[in-house]
Amino acid sequence: MTTTTRAQRIRRRTILGLTPAVTMMGAFMVIPLILVVVMSFMTRGQYGGIVWEFSTDAYQRLIYVTRLDGSLAYNLSFLAILSRSLVLAGLTTLICLLIAFPTAFYVARQSQRTKSILLLLIMFPFWSNLLVRTTSWIIILRDFGFVNQFLMWVGITSEPITLLFTNGAILVGLVYVYIPFMILPIYTSVERLDNGLLEASFDLFATRFQTVRHVIGPLTMPGIIAGSILVFVPSLGAFITPDLLGGGKKLMLGSLIHLQFTTARNWPYGASLSVLLLAAVLIAMFILARRAIRARG
Amino acid sequence: MARAQRRKLTSYPGFGVITIFFFGFLYLPIMVLIAFSFNSSVSISVWETFSFKWYAEAIGNTDLQKAVVNTLLVAVVATIGAVLIALPAAVVLTGQGVSKRAASTATGLMSLPLVVPEIVIAIATLVFFTSVGIDLGLGNVMIAHTVFCVPFALLPIVARLRSLDHRLSEAAYDLYASRPRAFRLITLPLLAPGVVSGAMLAFIVSFDNFIITLMVAGAGGTTLPLYIYGLVKTQITPELNAVSTGVLLLSLVLLTCAYVLTGGRIAGSTGAKD
Amino acid sequence: MKSIYGILALTTCLTVAGAAYAEGQLNIYNWAGYTPPDLVKKFEAETGIDVTIDTYDTNEVLLSKLQAGGGSYDIIVTAHSFIPVHAAEGLIQPIGLKDMENIENLDPQYLTADWNPEGDYGVPWQWGTTAFAVDRTVYNEPVDSYETLFTPPGALQGKIGMFKGASDLISLAQLYLGVPFCSEDPSEMQRVLEVLLAQKPHVKVYGGGGAMREQLVSGELIAASNYSGQIVRGREQKPELEYIYPKEGVASWIDVVAIPKGAQNYENAQEFINYILQPEHAAMLSNHAGYSNGVPASREFMREDLLAAPELIVPDGIRVVPLATCTAAASDLEAQLMTQLLE
Repeated sequence: MTTTTRAQRIRRRTILGLTPAVTMMGAFMVIPLILVVVMSFMTRGQYGGIVWEFSTDAYQRLIYVTRLDGSLAYNLSFLAILSRSLVLAGLTTLICLLIAFPTAFYVARQSQRTKSILLLLIMFPFWSNLLVRTTSWIIILRDFGFVNQFLMWVGITSEPITLLFTNGAILVGLVYVYIPFMILPIYTSVERLDNGLLEASFDLFATRFQTVRHVIGPLTMPGIIAGSILVFVPSLGAFITPDLLGGGKKLMLGSLIHLQFTTARNWPYGASLSVLLLAAVLIAMFILARRAIRARG
Repeated sequence: MARAQRRKLTSYPGFGVITIFFFGFLYLPIMVLIAFSFNSSVSISVWETFSFKWYAEAIGNTDLQKAVVNTLLVAVVATIGAVLIALPAAVVLTGQGVSKRAASTATGLMSLPLVVPEIVIAIATLVFFTSVGIDLGLGNVMIAHTVFCVPFALLPIVARLRSLDHRLSEAAYDLYASRPRAFRLITLPLLAPGVVSGAMLAFIVSFDNFIITLMVAGAGGTTLPLYIYGLVKTQITPELNAVSTGVLLLSLVLLTCAYVLTGGRIAGSTGAKD
Repeated sequence: MKSIYGILALTTCLTVAGAAYAEGQLNIYNWAGYTPPDLVKKFEAETGIDVTIDTYDTNEVLLSKLQAGGGSYDIIVTAHSFIPVHAAEGLIQPIGLKDMENIENLDPQYLTADWNPEGDYGVPWQWGTTAFAVDRTVYNEPVDSYETLFTPPGALQGKIGMFKGASDLISLAQLYLGVPFCSEDPSEMQRVLEVLLAQKPHVKVYGGGGAMREQLVSGELIAASNYSGQIVRGREQKPELEYIYPKEGVASWIDVVAIPKGAQNYENAQEFINYILQPEHAAMLSNHAGYSNGVPASREFMREDLLAAPELIVPDGIRVVPLATCTAAASDLEAQLMTQLLE
């Protein structure tokens, strides 16, 4: 009975506890991702699908594109899509942060009762369907939608302004959809903030700004970073929002990948784009993590 | 004096205004959506008169009923699966003595769904099921959802475990409680809010999921999001508004249940101290 | 470990339950909003077969779904130009039309069509044409050419809707330029791309037929490419919508009902196809979606306004050009064109 040492016990517990997670994630996440990488080095099938023959066409296509008349040209359209995706995802993250931080802070400082009601109000849209939430913006932003009807009624404009199917509409949609992912982690870290620290800061005659910079900022940084990742990553690969609110005019990376598996029927190219998107996300996270370490520094 | 003064100092002017703006931003679209679901017009945003006709149409729609059943089935299985995977892992990860390498490998693996863009996961899963030849119908969707939901179940549980006072379980050991007994009597009840929040998050994520489902679903695998997408894409009618309002109502019911079950602690974030 | 077994057990249970249930089942994969609910109810009531409908929004989505092996559908509906592709890729099987008693109701021209060399890959679900519509409450100038759509006058700029599906979008530009469908000539396709690029600043949305119909009705679009039947439905709400027959011609298509390889309920699929070949039921398809069908005798069950609908009666002298099946080279050009257009 006493033959099992503490180390053995811990080892057994570790294996028991982690095996399900490691097996499932390995089998249904890691192996599929490896398959995508493998597929990006294969040849495209005539009408989609893949032919299992080695080829680097899919990667060459990221740089060069064969123009319709057969000549080679730099693939500028891909660069445009990539930069549009990065800019929109970055702006989404920034706007979410600017709205979410004050809100989370404000909510966390309320009485227990108010707090739980407000949290419930934050959770509710988050609980409702993504498509439903995106569609509601179509009703609001369209030419004869809520906003334009209001503007015309007030007399600011006599003709409806085009709001839907613009980059702005995509941005609004992305912020709307992903902002709860920013609020909840920040809220968690703000709530854990020790009031005593804030008071100490003020006792030492720190201004509000200094307190935010030196006390609140670093202490809530884990929440901010978690929130930023949770917003940035899905925004970068977003498919639904640009699809519904962008009117199909402006592709983002997610839609370009989807296009390769449907209309364009070029699976290896779609796979190479996925590999690239993955790399972009990892680099973005690396930069964020570095900043976090420095901020804590 | 100090108390009032400090209260003022720790609050920030403008934050309240932003909060009000935020809630307006959050609820305006939902209000408009609900209002227009009672519109008798066949147009989605041109108001005619008040009517329940689109609700009648939606309720009688058998495709919609099937989509709802599929969605709930998948979400329930994915939630249970994700919690069963995440809970033991969370306990080990926050416990003592686990090797750093094992911990970071497991954490890294389980964070993949958060890190990898969903569209990439969707095509990866599709390619995997295609090449391996797994065709379980709705089962494919369930597996994909379960894996995707793991980190969402994990995060609140880990957060809760981290905030638990270790002295409590240590006190139990001091009182000669066995480890499993201490876990069952002390840790688990304290952990419950974290588990419930994790399960809720997982449920939402599955309930909401569109892209993975779109890629993986086979015959008879239409879920509510796929059904709604079909409506948006091809025939925007106020039935869409009615269905959407129905979905909102369902969410409200679920949220209320969870709220009551967790005794008002819902975000998985309230510390052990309260 | 336990949890994995738990999940596996649960999944297995559900799959087994699903399979057992599949005895009297029929899984249909069709365009969204295309399957009449009243027809499905009637079919279920009369045969006891439980029908499940999944939907998609472009031919390409259907093709890639079947290629990915994710399927086990019993019935699919896709444009005739895609049937040879499905056949060549081994994705569909003969429907066994000879055994069906209602074969005699089918217009015999469909048994010998180009897209159906063996006469047994499918029967028409509906057929229609593709051109564009103009809202006459706003724009009253005479329109007789795609020029109005591709180089829109001031009143229409920013109020144009175009298809998002590659073959539908490109085929209209090809008609306008006199370029053959599925052209493999890069310089011709370059001209197509240039016309579409020049038009793009005036385009409000690249969308699907149903969505654009709704936007025409609500007044957000003044001119939009669309399918004939969508305008039939749109006109019910806004009588001023006019489906234009441009002098360059219209594209025509047949949506074909086919049975995928590996269908688990082959007999039920056959029964369903036989069912929709009955005039009364073929008429239900048309009455729901607003297109013509392949069963001449169905006319007596069709809505009267549908029989007289100008959208369904192509005037004499207007060229009707069927969509073609693109070779791999041609569809590659189309895919590249789409990516370059939408960047």
